[in-house]
Amino acid sequence: MSAIQLLNVSRHWGDVRAVDDVSFEVEQGTMLVLLGPSGCGKSTTLRLIAGLESVTSGRITIGERDVTNLPPAQRQLAMVFQSYALFPHLTVRDNILFGLTVRKVPEAEREKRLTRAVDILGLGGLLLRKPGELSGGQQQRVALGRALVAEAAVCLMDEPLSNLDAKLRHEMRREIRALQQTLGMTMVYVTHDQTEAMSMADRIILMQGGRIVQNATPSELYSRPATTFAGSFIGTPPMNLVRLDDARGSVCVAGSRSGTVSVVDSANHILGIRPEHVRIAPEGWRAVVESVEYLGSSSVLGCRVGGEELSVVVDGVSPIAVGAEIYLHCPDEHIHVFDAATGERRGTCR
Amino acid sequence: MPPAVRSPAAMRNIHAWLLLLPAMAFIAAFTHYPAVNTFIHSFFLDGRGGAPAQFVGLEHYQYLLEDEVFHKALVNNLLFACGTIPLSISLAMTMAFLVNAGLAGQSALRLCYFVPTVLPMIAVANIWLFFYTPEYGLLEQIRGALGLTGVNWLGSEATALPCVIAVAVWKDAGFFMIFYLAALQQIPPSLGEAAMLEGASRFYYYRKVVIPLLMPTTLFVLVNATINAFRMVDHLFVLTQGGPNNASSLLLYYIYEVSFKYWDTGYGAALTMVLLGFLALASIGQFGFLERKVHYR
Repeated sequence: MSAIQLLNVSRHWGDVRAVDDVSFEVEQGTMLVLLGPSGCGKSTTLRLIAGLESVTSGRITIGERDVTNLPPAQRQLAMVFQSYALFPHLTVRDNILFGLTVRKVPEAEREKRLTRAVDILGLGGLLLRKPGELSGGQQQRVALGRALVAEAAVCLMDEPLSNLDAKLRHEMRREIRALQQTLGMTMVYVTHDQTEAMSMADRIILMQGGRIVQNATPSELYSRPATTFAGSFIGTPPMNLVRLDDARGSVCVAGSRSGTVSVVDSANHILGIRPEHVRIAPEGWRAVVESVEYLGSSSVLGCRVGGEELSVVVDGVSPIAVGAEIYLHCPDEHIHVFDAATGERRGTCR
Repeated sequence: MPPAVRSPAAMRNIHAWLLLLPAMAFIAAFTHYPAVNTFIHSFFLDGRGGAPAQFVGLEHYQYLLEDEVFHKALVNNLLFACGTIPLSISLAMTMAFLVNAGLAGQSALRLCYFVPTVLPMIAVANIWLFFYTPEYGLLEQIRGALGLTGVNWLGSEATALPCVIAVAVWKDAGFFMIFYLAALQQIPPSLGEAAMLEGASRFYYYRKVVIPLLMPTTLFVLVNATINAFRMVDHLFVLTQGGPNNASSLLLYYIYEVSFKYWDTGYGAALTMVLLGFLALASIGQFGFLERKVHYR
């Protein structure tokens, strides 16, 4: 059963199509991540679900109920904002209980839910503080607490981790995911960080220019990107996109005589090759190493093959220095083929 | 010791005092010296015709207790404060909510609300004088059209003070609105959205979130409104001259009359000390008591 359903939803401001004909479903108890660069319409989509923006056209249902024209309060959802939106003059306790007080939930029930949320989030001892006296991570927990006690059918999160430092972000990422799974929450999570999306999501919707580029599981998104954009947006370092040339009857990497390509029969394609799938081999595409970036467990070589640049990931410290000539090889099954004109996937070879 | 050998610490001190000097000179010459001088002066009776002033001790202060005009002005001033402060503050807050609500034409509305503050006080008072004029004033024309009997707004004891209060409220509210507007725009919209999601009505959100968050501004405005209420004098010159029968006389206006009309500057100085005392009390009270209830971000 789908907890949330969007059907041909659009939001236009004049000529600007912030969200353009978007349809998707979120399964009960799963985590859906809306991913994309800034301005792609992911936050607007979330705000449309929340009812903070109204749709230009289309239909939104939450739990089989058409909520398209309902105000936010009647949609039975909780939301965590990027800025946390904590009330600065209220204590942690009053912040968490704000919604329950508004909805006149009985005192005993309020206390019960508060105690539970405080236990889950480890907020004990902070209840009488004001948000200004808390660290970023603690504020984040309070915001989560407010969402938890609502016991809403759906929880929406708008880039909740972007104001935290890297270490805390990693911690909270795991914590939110664990929380979502143990409590069986249905969650829609907006982020521009592909690592966050890949590590947390059951399903990812990748958006660009107000439209859905791909709706897939994280592993599908990685192994079968629908467009060159999807390929290059997922993965660090991003997928290499290699343009091709026709050279005397055979197809080769643009500007490279040695870089012959057997997986396609014309140069109207772009090859997508992940840096981790390229191997240094005794023979293959001749390349010049232009940069070496040491990352600890691996190194990224920036190589030039003809007119194209390729990143190559090698284990540990690279034995190859800048300026060296090497040969690169990528197994055919790891080469993604995209249409050169539209950028759309043609499949891997085979 | 020649100056070149002075220690760096001493030089720092000298620099600090030098930098403070211009401001200190001004504040001493135009605030501290006159205040202290007024205090001393309040114990003297002016010498007439060039004779030296005569020390009279607390006589001026004793006379204060018997001076009915002073009592009248004091009561008037308290009434004036009680009338203008809550009215102008609540009006300012309401207007700020309105012009911050994202209605069409809100820039024009903001301008309208702010115009009274920009206009010169004397000109404003003259316009209101016309509104209040008996028989052909705006107010009377409207009342006449409705078939009501004539009222001499500024000329009767019952209505003179309320009329002056109305002008002051009209003038101050727009000014205070600007502070509220600035404070409102500091409140992130996500707070309103969060409240809305949690099911809070607009009214609940304003009552429980916005107004508490505006408290620092309210305190600031309150102090200013109190000061304004006690130093209000300009309108009186044009509107009522404190009359009729001192019905609209306020402290500062009475001080002006005593000091510069009757030239009893010693008694004027004593009155001034009373006024200063009131202002000091008001600000201590406001900062002392309210400060604890105010949430500062």
